[in-house]
Amino acid sequence: MLEVRDLSVSYGAIRALHGVSLRVERGEIVTLIGSNGAGKTTTLRAISGLVKAQAGTIAYEGQSIAKLAAHEIVKLGMSHAPEGRGIFPLMTVEENLELGAYIRHDHSEIAKDREMALTLFPRVRERLKQVAGTLSGGEQQMVAIARALMARPKLLLLDEPSLGLAPQIVQTIFKIIRDINQRGTTILLVEQNAHMALQIAHRAYVLETGAIAMEGDAKELAKSDEVRKAYLGVA
Amino acid sequence: MDEFFQILIATVAVGSLYALIALGYTLVYGVLKFINFAHSDVFVLGAWTSFTVSVVVLNKIADPSGVTPWWVVVVAFLSAVTVCGVVGYCIERFAYRPLRKAPRLNVLITAIGVSLLLQNVGQITGPAVARGPEKTSIKDGQTVTQAGDPLATVPFGASPKSMPKLIENVVLNESVMQSGNLAGGAMRGTVVFDKPVTFSEGRQYRLDVTRTVANADGTTRVVVEKLNLDAEPGTFEPGTEIRTTPRRTAAELQGSTYELIRSPRVPIGLIEVIIVVVSLSLMVGLQLLIFRTKLGSAMRALSHNIETAALMGVNTNFVISFTFVLGAVLAASAAFLYPMKYPGLNQTAHGIWVLLGLKAFVAAVVGGIGNVRGAVLGGFLIAAIELFGGWAYAPLKDVYVFALLIAVLLYRPNGLLGRAVTEKV
Repeated sequence: MLEVRDLSVSYGAIRALHGVSLRVERGEIVTLIGSNGAGKTTTLRAISGLVKAQAGTIAYEGQSIAKLAAHEIVKLGMSHAPEGRGIFPLMTVEENLELGAYIRHDHSEIAKDREMALTLFPRVRERLKQVAGTLSGGEQQMVAIARALMARPKLLLLDEPSLGLAPQIVQTIFKIIRDINQRGTTILLVEQNAHMALQIAHRAYVLETGAIAMEGDAKELAKSDEVRKAYLGVA
Repeated sequence: MDEFFQILIATVAVGSLYALIALGYTLVYGVLKFINFAHSDVFVLGAWTSFTVSVVVLNKIADPSGVTPWWVVVVAFLSAVTVCGVVGYCIERFAYRPLRKAPRLNVLITAIGVSLLLQNVGQITGPAVARGPEKTSIKDGQTVTQAGDPLATVPFGASPKSMPKLIENVVLNESVMQSGNLAGGAMRGTVVFDKPVTFSEGRQYRLDVTRTVANADGTTRVVVEKLNLDAEPGTFEPGTEIRTTPRRTAAELQGSTYELIRSPRVPIGLIEVIIVVVSLSLMVGLQLLIFRTKLGSAMRALSHNIETAALMGVNTNFVISFTFVLGAVLAASAAFLYPMKYPGLNQTAHGIWVLLGLKAFVAAVVGGIGNVRGAVLGGFLIAAIELFGGWAYAPLKDVYVFALLIAVLLYRPNGLLGRAVTEKV
């Protein structure tokens, strides 16, 4: 479904990614783990068109998307819930969700997806009329994912959904991510919380200083010594 | 008290113009977070465009009656809006977009550059687009024909001009005191009423005289003429001779009818009403656009975060261009209305324009830059302070405006309706 090959991205003189290759198959949850500054977010931003790749190819459903603008990529069925949640703080939760469906015109189908998103996130339903900036961090994260679902994506990119959240809320959110996947949405999940990410993912990539260091089955990677030592905090 | 209400009316009219210009600053700030210093020059361009187009059109149709057809107003308005819209688009596309990722200061300096460019290009005297009548003279026994004086040029040139009167500023709330038949007095320049007439202290009176005038070919036409009355307060019996200007003879006034009109204490002019109605409709329209349409919610989303808006599928370049054009169109509308009230047009780089643009900018900041309702509130507030302050002590009228700015920046730095955005991490 998504095939990234030899992706390189620089910010000015600083090379953030050098030659990242990864692949996401339909129906999978693939996670990209790594420490701070490894280039996880940059990889997602390059895929969704927010930064331009210096080299390499990005193919989505067989089509090259490296040259497309971010808003054009959304129309192909790829939704990106960005790092830091990126909700629109002065707009209501409802308006945030409506913006998620910005590219769509099929009102009855949008209503169905809205209903589905609100069933997944009952907390968001309670907060619909509230200004999004007044929500707690966990609720904002839920809004961000619900909003991304409003585009009815085939591929959902999630950037650190656990960031800054209490462990209990992280549990809830990850359970919902798995639900979303089981309903048929492919997911590329970027996480620092390797423990949680490896639990729900099918396959995983480990990113270190801008390059893929390891890849493989998520369960197997979770058992490997290097991963346990570096990312799971097990001595 | 009369003066108070007169100033109040002027405040509403001037305030809506400030508000329209301030909206342009605030809209652009809202999406791109920088001050488009070229905005007030787009306004000046609008005023000059509507002047130039009006002069050209009036020169072409050259109606001897001097009555301006209504469509000239529409043409002048649409051309100001079109020219400013296109220029607004080009400014964003060619001056600001290449700097989208550059530091804010670079964009700010560029904005000042664009402003100077517009001011100075506007001062160049370009080829004439409208000329007065041809001049003929006899030189060495030969008739020499010379082109007429240029009435308008593009670019506009360095000399101030005066906006032709497109709409007569009719006083809407004046009242007809009495009407009847009028005769000329024995003395030239006097009239005699057919019934007693009373003039009160401190009021202005006018006489609208309808009379029949013979044409050269023997036919006749009906003429309505406005005469000013030069009368002391008091009650006058029929037959009293009352002076008028312009002066008419008894023969001229033969068989005339009249309407005696008293001017109101607080006159409300058609122009003021047009200014307020057009401005308020635009503001309501803008409000609906921003809060009730999909494009409006894209604009609001963009003002929070351009990247996230793009992730929603918003074509950010399009929305930014649209916002610039929208701001320019609002400025053009203000620029079309402004010379109707103040017909003197200074050259484009004149300090008066700069000050006007600054006041509109102050209005946007006082209301809370980036806040649409704030810009409207700020516009009216600045006009009130300027005009009422000027009434109290005229030499300081600009000082009050900037003193308010300083006070707001000290005590409410986000503006009256602005709010500090705190983001949860």
